[in-house]
Amino acid sequence: MQFSSRQFADVAVAAPVGRIDHAGAAAFELALSPLLAQSGTSKDALVLDFAGVEYISSVGLRVLMMTAKQMKGHGARVVVAAPQPVVAEILAISRFDRVIEIAPSVRKALEWLSAPALAAYVAGAAAAP
Amino acid sequence: MKRIRFWGTRGSLPVSLTAEDVRRKMVAALRGASGRTFASNRDINEYLDGLDLAVAGTYGGHTSCVELETGGTEHVLCDLGTGLRPFGQAAHKRRRSGAPQTFHIFVSHMHWDHIMGLPFFEPAYVPGNRVCFYGGHAELEATLRRQQDPLSFPVGFPALQADIEFTRLETGRRYDIAGMSVTAKLQRHTGDSYGYRFESGGRNVVYTTDSEHKLVDPGETASFVEFFRDADVVIFDAMYSLADATSVKMDMGHSSNIVGVELCQQAGARHLCLFHHALSNDDEAISQLLVDTRRLEEITRSGAPLRITAAYDGMDILL
Repeated sequence: MQFSSRQFADVAVAAPVGRIDHAGAAAFELALSPLLAQSGTSKDALVLDFAGVEYISSVGLRVLMMTAKQMKGHGARVVVAAPQPVVAEILAISRFDRVIEIAPSVRKALEWLSAPALAAYVAGAAAAP
Repeated sequence: MKRIRFWGTRGSLPVSLTAEDVRRKMVAALRGASGRTFASNRDINEYLDGLDLAVAGTYGGHTSCVELETGGTEHVLCDLGTGLRPFGQAAHKRRRSGAPQTFHIFVSHMHWDHIMGLPFFEPAYVPGNRVCFYGGHAELEATLRRQQDPLSFPVGFPALQADIEFTRLETGRRYDIAGMSVTAKLQRHTGDSYGYRFESGGRNVVYTTDSEHKLVDPGETASFVEFFRDADVVIFDAMYSLADATSVKMDMGHSSNIVGVELCQQAGARHLCLFHHALSNDDEAISQLLVDTRRLEEITRSGAPLRITAAYDGMDILL
């Protein structure tokens, strides 16, 4: 599993890529830990861009739940964005879609979360070659 | 082993349908039959057989009790939930006149829903019958006796006139019982619970209820994969959704359909039977759980298909 993240105003957008299976879940958790430490007790939100995630297992979902609980603990929101159809089905079958916000795109997630973050994202997209 | 029969499949507490529940099923069945004609009861039954169990029947409300038919004359059961009562009535009818009967009962643990059927188990009151209890807990006998203390039940344990035996099983050791090879495994549950693997005549059945699988410890996961290895049927505690099992119900000792599929796929098991249904799940919810679980198996399959069923009171699985 590969992982990258970018900050847009008060929202971090993290993008895991590959399979978050039993082997990938530990890497997923490790990659998220600096973002969680950085968020501290702030209300800065986190978007998990799942467009590149091909599969997520129960252990990966457990990491997602722990992340969401930790963020919600200090009033911050977590949104999963742009899941592939198979991953979207897994989120529904596991009932994660009932407890974690899921947006059809990163842009839509930022619309929900923060106007400054959306503006920064749009500006970044416009500036991209 | 010839067959598995489910006498109780519900977790935590028995439930029953209300008049409103039955009426809702009748409305759905009659609506589906609109415009059809039925010349005979056979036609009606054929129509009903085509409906979902949530409409034409019910998953039932008795707590855990599962019978393994070995093909021999002795009876083998897992757990003493309220399903033990209808089993006892059926076994009493099945017996040849006056012939004593032997029952081997494997107890996962002594939480209330898994033992509350014993005071209503008629064969245990019949002199000459033999009832052999097996479990991993040292406190099994004391707990069953305490359940029939006068403060809890009007008929005391000594009134059970059958020959009663208790055997404490060691985990990981193979026992030959009722013509089967039986292995017990410690499971994660409040107060501990034990799963059982039964092997006989080339058939393997795993009964694993009230067991929380977090799958975060690779060694522990591997040990359960081995316990489930190539099982013909895994009767699995799928009480909670994974979302609940990792949040509000975490550490309450139960698992999910998702984890059941993952473990069975890794183990090469052939049939996952969802068991220990949550009280909060009505018939429609259990049917949806079954549909969802079959879909999950389909989209995550990498080897041979894994058959998925949801247990209901009265269901048979032929082995």
